[in-house]
Amino acid sequence: MSAPAVGAMRRGWQSCEACGLLSRPAPGADDGRCPRCGEDLAFRKRRSVERTWAFVIAAAVCYVPANVLPVMVTTTAAGSAPDTIMEGVILLWSPTGWPLSLIVLVASIMIPSAKILALAYLLVTVQRGSVANNAERVRLYRTVELIGRWSMVDVFVDTFTAALVQLQPLMAVEPGPGLFFFAAVVVLTMLAVESFDPRLIWDAAPAEEVAHA
Amino acid sequence: MTARPYNAPGSDSRLVGCPHCDLLQRLPALAMGEAARCPRCEKELWRRREDPLGRPLALAIAAAILYVVANTSPMLGLSAVGHHASTTLFGGARHLWDNGQEIVAVLVLFTAVVAPALQIGFMLAIVGGARRPRPPHWVGTLLRHHPKTATWSMIEVMILGVLVALIKIADYASVVAGPALFALGGLVVLLAAMQSAFDPRDVWARVEWADEATRAAAERAALDAAAGVPS
Repeated sequence: MSAPAVGAMRRGWQSCEACGLLSRPAPGADDGRCPRCGEDLAFRKRRSVERTWAFVIAAAVCYVPANVLPVMVTTTAAGSAPDTIMEGVILLWSPTGWPLSLIVLVASIMIPSAKILALAYLLVTVQRGSVANNAERVRLYRTVELIGRWSMVDVFVDTFTAALVQLQPLMAVEPGPGLFFFAAVVVLTMLAVESFDPRLIWDAAPAEEVAHA
Repeated sequence: MTARPYNAPGSDSRLVGCPHCDLLQRLPALAMGEAARCPRCEKELWRRREDPLGRPLALAIAAAILYVVANTSPMLGLSAVGHHASTTLFGGARHLWDNGQEIVAVLVLFTAVVAPALQIGFMLAIVGGARRPRPPHWVGTLLRHHPKTATWSMIEVMILGVLVALIKIADYASVVAGPALFALGGLVVLLAAMQSAFDPRDVWARVEWADEATRAAAERAALDAAAGVPS
């Protein structure tokens, strides 16, 4: 079976993001409501590119203090030792502890920066009206959506280390100022993923035949 | 500002636009457990589930029980040189709050305590309400917001964080995993099973519409079409 590949928008249909119902707005309008679930509808997420850029830029700005400021401060009789995320990774690196160190490295340093770069790439290609690698780009979007939450892991590590290691006057661990910025990066990139409309990737493509495999 | 007008629905409820690429397509009839994917971008559009209300209900009830255990019992204990300390899930967030990290404390509380409670509570209400012959509109309202509760519910991420913290601390103190940690482990499995046993399309097909007059008219038109009345 072969059918012309046409977007719902080109046929005048709005697809509800909440319940999936297709419906038609009044002629000339593009801001109706879904008759089934009542959600506000639009052909595409409103100002998706601008809003996503805003979240991505804010995340990139927070990424700097998140990595420069300490996320944890350990106080012992010998004095206070602040640790940034990277110092935490190095501290964990040992013949037995390296797998953990790797988890924190991937979740806290590689995933957040990869997310920011991937979203910036998606935004730039959409703004340029690129028609290449659509399937790969939407897959990239889904990967970012799926793995993004795992960067929260360091926030939990620091939270529970600080809550537990309270052995005054021997040793105490307190959260550091970098933790706020790190949490902000995670939340802002998740909001960026939510604001991005992947259907924009396909909008530049001319209508074509699609083979049903 | 006046309320936005309702759109006019199509007459074919199987006609959908892919949420990831907008491809207009008709969903095929599926057998139990089968899934339909978008031919252009491979997004899963619908997976038909066996007993789509009963199984999620059973799993949600089990999850609610584990949730209570996870939030009332100690999660981690530590003892070193005569000191003993223990913390609960809530205690972790509380400690951040007391140390000037109020915003991060709220985030931890939201992702590890509040969002999972909403995720379970919404599911109980949705499958409970959907068992009625014509599920009332509030079922649709909850269903609309349910995916957001799942996005921000991060128990599986938290467990990984707790395990890393445990092993870190184990270098200089002996740590004990409390009952809450095991309850949370079970909760991760139950929540994943609950989400995948649920079929939102099944509930949407039966829920009372926001624009109920249009639905009644659409149903009449469909019946007329089936009976061969020219429109």
